[in-house]
Formats: sequence, structure tokens, C-alpha cells
Amino acid sequence: MKIGVIIFPGSNCDRDMMYALENVMGHEVVELWHKDADLQNVEMVVLPGGFSYGDYLRSGAIARFSPIMQSVIEFANTGGLVLGVCNGFQVLCEAGLLPGVLLHNNSHTFICKNVFISPANHASAINSGLKPKAYKIPIAHGEGRYFISDEDLKKIEDNNQVIFRYCNENGEINEAANPNGSLNNIAGVCNEGKNVFGMMPHPERAADENLGNTDGQDIFIAFFEALKLTV
Amino acid sequence: MTFRADITIMPHRALLDPQGKAVTKSMGNIGLPGIENVRIGKHIQLDVNAETKEEAEKQVKTACDKLLANPIMEVCEFSISELETA
Repeated sequence: MKIGVIIFPGSNCDRDMMYALENVMGHEVVELWHKDADLQNVEMVVLPGGFSYGDYLRSGAIARFSPIMQSVIEFANTGGLVLGVCNGFQVLCEAGLLPGVLLHNNSHTFICKNVFISPANHASAINSGLKPKAYKIPIAHGEGRYFISDEDLKKIEDNNQVIFRYCNENGEINEAANPNGSLNNIAGVCNEGKNVFGMMPHPERAADENLGNTDGQDIFIAFFEALKLTV
Repeated sequence: MTFRADITIMPHRALLDPQGKAVTKSMGNIGLPGIENVRIGKHIQLDVNAETKEEAEKQVKTACDKLLANPIMEVCEFSISELETA
């Protein structure tokens, strides 16, 4: 697959993401500069983590108006595949491509540690091939508390748009396992069309055996296998 | 004409505001235990060029709706006054 990784001013997880997608997963990866409107015919767009525009105003609020984002919105609205990780997830929510919003963690601290997430269902390409178990994936964020109105929460739950939930290492979903106060322990969601995905944890940081954790690689492997089946 | 807008953006009342909660707890440390329910938002000032005050208000409302505030989590209010020319 040809994959484009967007670089905003302040993005800092682009290199790790490109390494995971290219060197580990073997895809063709190109950089997409935020000022260019050209998506270079990629089949998937990835928005990496970081602090685009310094998280000024609100995380992702300014990046969502970059020239590249207009192209991403059109691409997504015609069924193109988009994945946002951490700041990328925040940008996609601000752009209206994903429902909800990411607030400050309820501890109001930046949390950087390994957590466990489990697939919320098997309803979309990102989780259809995953085992119903706890995957250990690191988080590193100050604004990761997922929030949405009660009415829209019911919609996304009923529509299987929640893709991952925070859990403990036994896969139990409870308050103790929720690092940031996200509603319903939501760690990631997708859109109605199930072609746009966002998650706060960083699978690209658990994708290489040299890092001692390949649970992120398992998520990528299952994701790309599922996508092959839909082609 | 140039107008100045003063914009206040606050988190929705129903939302937990951990920053405000932490500050509320500190009030006891400065001898003011009677202060409660601190909530913290943003104040933005900007100038807008427009023919009329109504037009200026329209521009500021668009700025608030599109960029300055996220309606899922914030409430936005503003007032506009004409900037006095020297």
C-alpha cells in the first residue's frame, strides 16, 4: 500500500510512524507536508502524534485548517482510509471527520506510560482481526479524555464506532484501567463509514521487537490484513 | 471602521474542569475557604474591520464558531465596541 504521513509544524511522531509502516510493515511511505494540497495518490493517510501548532488554542484546532486537510477531508468523504494517532486523532475530531473531542486528562497531568487496550468489537478493519485480549500500547498525552454528548455517545456505541477501550492486563474494562477519564473507557473511534480511524495510544511505539513490545505490530498486521480483504 | 471584540470561552458547565477543581482546593491555602466552583476558561481579544457593528459581530461569531471555540466542550460569548480613533 502507498501511505502518506502528514507532517504539521510540531508533529514529532512522524518518523516513528514512517519507520513502523515502511521498515516494519513493508509499505511504501511518503511524507505529506501540511502546506501541500497534493496527497500524492496515496491509498491511506496517517496523521501522526505530536504537538501541532504547539497545541495552541486547542490540540489540533489550527492544524485542521492546513491546506493538506482540505484534501484529506475530500479523500475521507469519498471513502479514503485515514488513521489519526494521538495528536492526529485530535486533528480528525476538530476537523469533524471523527465524532467527539479530546479534553485535558482528568488528572490534568501529562501521562506517559504503557496501558492496555482491547478491541471494543470486531466491526471495522482496525479491530476485526484482533483477539479479544488486552494489547499493551503506550500513551503519551495531556489531552486524551474522550468526550461526546450523551446523544452522540449512544449513536457511536450502537453503531460500533468505538474501536478500542482502555482495560487492565486481564482485559477488564473499569475505572482503574482508565488513564484519563475518557467516557466509557474509549481509547479510539471510527467514523460512520468505518474508513476514518482515531486512537490515542501509539501502536507505532510498540511495533519493533527491539523495543521489547510488538503488540502494536499485531494491531498493524491485523489492520492491513483486513484491508486486503475489502479490496 | 475598526471594532474590538472581547471574547470569553468557558468549558460547558456540565464538564469536569480539573484545572478549576485544583484551584478551588487551593483557595483554602490562601485563607479563602468560602470560594468554590472555580472554572477556568480563555479570554481572547481581537480587532475586526467592518462597515457596521452588525457586520463586525457576524465576523466574530463566524470566528468563534469555526475556530476559536469547540461547541462540543465550550461556550463562547463576546462583546464588541468601536475602537476610538486618535
